[in-house]
Amino acid sequence: WVPVVGLEIHAQISSNSKLFSGSQVQFAAPPNSLVSFFDASLPGTLPVLNRRCVEAAVMTGLALNCSINKKSLFDRKHYFYADLPAGYQITQQRVPIAVNGSLSYSLCIDNKMSQMVTKTVRIKQIQLEQDSGKSLHDDTRSQTLVDLNRAAIVENLLSLYMEVVMEPDMCCGEEAAAAVRELQLILQTLGSSQAVMAEGQLRVDANVSVHHPGEHYGVRTEVKNINSIRFLAKAVDYEIQRQIEELENGGTILNETRAFDSKLGCTVPMRDKEGKQDYRFMPEPNLPPLILYDAKSLPANMNHQQVVNIDWIHERLPDLPSVKRAKLVEQYGILPEHSFTLLNEDGLTEFFENVVKQTQMKPKKVIGWILNDLLSYLKQHSLTVEESPVSSVLLADLLNLLEKKEISSTAAKQVLAELWKGEGKTPLEIVKEKKLELIQDQKELEQICQAVIDGQENEVMAIKAGNQKVLNKLIGLVQRETQGRSSPVLVKQLLEKKLSE
Amino acid sequence: QVSAALKEGRVTPTELCQRCLSLIKSTKFLNAYITVAEETALKQAEESEKRYGRGQPLGVLDGIPVAVKDNFNTAGIETTCASNMLKGYISPYNATVVQKLLDQGAVLLGKTNLDEFAMGSGSTDGVFGPVRNPWSYSRQYKEKSVPNSHSDDEESNWVITGGSSGGSAAAVSSFTCFAALGSDTGGSTRNPAAHCGVVGLKPTYGLISRHGLIPLVNSMDVPGILTRCVDDAAVVLGALAGHDPKDSTTIQDNFKPFELPNLTDVSKLSIGIPKEYHAPGLSSEILSLWSKAADLFKNAGAKVIEVSLPHTRYSIVCYHVLCTAEVASNMARFDGLEYGHRSDMNKSTESMYAATRREGFNDVVRGRILSGNYFLLKQNYENYFIKAQKVRRLIANDFVKVFGSGVDILLTPTTLSDAVPYMEFIKEDNRTRSAQDDILTQAANMAGLPAINVPTGLSERGLPVGLQFIGQSFQEKQLLTVAKWFEKQVEFPKIQLEVKRHDHSAFQHQKSASFS
Repeated sequence: WVPVVGLEIHAQISSNSKLFSGSQVQFAAPPNSLVSFFDASLPGTLPVLNRRCVEAAVMTGLALNCSINKKSLFDRKHYFYADLPAGYQITQQRVPIAVNGSLSYSLCIDNKMSQMVTKTVRIKQIQLEQDSGKSLHDDTRSQTLVDLNRAAIVENLLSLYMEVVMEPDMCCGEEAAAAVRELQLILQTLGSSQAVMAEGQLRVDANVSVHHPGEHYGVRTEVKNINSIRFLAKAVDYEIQRQIEELENGGTILNETRAFDSKLGCTVPMRDKEGKQDYRFMPEPNLPPLILYDAKSLPANMNHQQVVNIDWIHERLPDLPSVKRAKLVEQYGILPEHSFTLLNEDGLTEFFENVVKQTQMKPKKVIGWILNDLLSYLKQHSLTVEESPVSSVLLADLLNLLEKKEISSTAAKQVLAELWKGEGKTPLEIVKEKKLELIQDQKELEQICQAVIDGQENEVMAIKAGNQKVLNKLIGLVQRETQGRSSPVLVKQLLEKKLSE
Repeated sequence: QVSAALKEGRVTPTELCQRCLSLIKSTKFLNAYITVAEETALKQAEESEKRYGRGQPLGVLDGIPVAVKDNFNTAGIETTCASNMLKGYISPYNATVVQKLLDQGAVLLGKTNLDEFAMGSGSTDGVFGPVRNPWSYSRQYKEKSVPNSHSDDEESNWVITGGSSGGSAAAVSSFTCFAALGSDTGGSTRNPAAHCGVVGLKPTYGLISRHGLIPLVNSMDVPGILTRCVDDAAVVLGALAGHDPKDSTTIQDNFKPFELPNLTDVSKLSIGIPKEYHAPGLSSEILSLWSKAADLFKNAGAKVIEVSLPHTRYSIVCYHVLCTAEVASNMARFDGLEYGHRSDMNKSTESMYAATRREGFNDVVRGRILSGNYFLLKQNYENYFIKAQKVRRLIANDFVKVFGSGVDILLTPTTLSDAVPYMEFIKEDNRTRSAQDDILTQAANMAGLPAINVPTGLSERGLPVGLQFIGQSFQEKQLLTVAKWFEKQVEFPKIQLEVKRHDHSAFQHQKSASFS
């Protein structure tokens, strides 16, 4: 069986005003509090295109290697639904703003971070669309509409988004998730969308079908109601499995829309749409064709404030995640999979770079502390990098102590544990407090070693007889004597020297 | 004239306002107004008076009473579109054109009656009842009407205003205001202007903002201006025209208001007479008037030539397809959820929508919605909608060709006949009537061109007849200049309105007619 997965991703454009009207957008505001006249579809209001949103779409299109259509059109898509106050949605059905792009993403083979493979998915198009408001109902539509008073009925935050359509080039949940994750990073890097799924800024619908190799594509279903990237992978995989089982049992797949039930981990058929909808597409008469310019086609006398110049935007594109990662690997000598983790966590790259700047420790070593110690602590306590009680300065200080061999790495971990408490002490203060400094005095160390040797006649004999393993016991004893304030390497050297005398 | 009077203090804005309000009451039987905003109007008049007192009027329109068709949003004042669907609807915002008038100090008297949602050519199909043409009560009409055995033949013989901006036309015609806003999609400002003997201007599409005008056909609608003389129309145009960021279909170029020159020499003018406008059903009276007008220009030295707009005969059908398609789309928002009428039916969303829309819309509106949806179906889109758009392009090109060949202005009739009595009008259904009456005015909407009705003379029945000038895109100055010259030549008579006041004494109204 060959599973085939395509995606339709709706990304809310991050901007100060919405696509077609002047309202502010905020999540979870009380119903109708952020509604401008156009949003509520009051009669007589007209849509106005927001320049910022056009720029966001162009940026995204360029980042995804698309061709930007210098002329794109707007249409009305008609259907009646409670969250569509105008009875139609403004979209770009005929000629969208960007087409024919691609997105490269990486995933780990067999869950091992050490082996990453790069895949590509084709971007069919990016279109600008007016989003409908969220309704306050779930299944019992009629009840909701009747029981609630009019003001509360439709949480009418008409938002604007880009719909990014990914061709069915993916084959499983993992690929879909990785592709979306990469798109999310790109959008966040560009600033065109904050793309946080939990806040409704990114919505993903998956189109899934299966077929036998060499045969036509199978009937596909659309899976909606996916609220996180993790659920996306689960939903896709479940649906693939469901379809395979269905077909192997001699059943057929219906071309339907299914909802993902995160609690049960399965997909269920959604409310019946009463046969195929005819959306009666019609050009949006209130929005003239959207004309974009590039350096060549820009008329000389045009005010550059009034037009969107594709080339101008292209020049100002920030480094995309893939470029950033490559730079990190090159600059710091870290592994590619490290760069992925760095970029995946908000603010972590910056933190890492700050530490590197302030310490003599090599980046290759610093990265271990960042990814293993810092990150796992943050994850354990559900903190973001921003919320970390250990700042980059503190960590750098600590790593410097380690690098200068003033403490052992075990001691360093102890200090770190203290730093997490966020009591404002510096690493040096903690070291002094807990007396974690490595013993620098060679003589003192030699004395202790000697003392241990003297006290362990049997073990000494065993070592001299050739049993090297016992040496570790001696090292351990010295460590205990020094309360961990000795470098195991040095201790070993000293003991060996003494024992060979 | 009135503006000068206000400036000189010969009359105050409050007096003016009160007189108009009183006249509105006296002429209530015309049913021209749906809502009279007495309190706010008087307040606005007061403010205006203060400004005149300080010697700082906002402009020519300061203190001038105006009326606005009830399909324009007016903050705090009911906007109904003469439909059950919006009865009681109070908009939170002013349409741009309304705001502009208010910013100039105009006094908003009220909202005028229309065909429901501006669909119709008689102003007879609104839920508040039909509008009566003030000329029905004029001496001129009464003298000419055949004496009836009925003693109160006034009641059965009154004629329609034309539509759909009949209320606005009647309001201006009966002196209850000095200017009114209408809307024009297929002739809805020019048609009632012709029947009511007033000036009706349809500006170029894109010159005046539609923000706040409840749309009928977004790609053809324009706000229309109704006044008693061409100079007044120019003044109002100057206050309203210009780019509006809230309306993406308005042109970006700067608009400069202009004063109309007094044209004396028309020898450089080329007037086109489109032969296709000699439409079937055109009354011989109007034909004759049209011909006389052409001669008028010729005798004054202008070049008058016959031209052809060959696709004129397709315009009705083309209009029907495009209009109903946009109507179906524009009316989709009326579902009772957030504003307007909501049915008690609550079994399900769909049933609530259906009931609300059946109860809220009249037959005309519903008919157009059904037609429009039919044309927009996937299987029909190519054959109807796309085809109609292509035909529209051809119609527009007809004009381009004619104007390109050296013609400056076109001269045509505005209506097929003078106003018909209501009883006769309602014998045919709205659709038939619209199709008939729109033939002479529609093409200008299809092509987005400016056009103006100038009252020309009285028919044999004593009712007004007007002629239409169609100009080139954004050449309103030229259009109005020619219209003004023509207006001067024809000296259209003032209406001699015989109205019973509420104290039951009859009086005749011959105040100064214009404000500029």
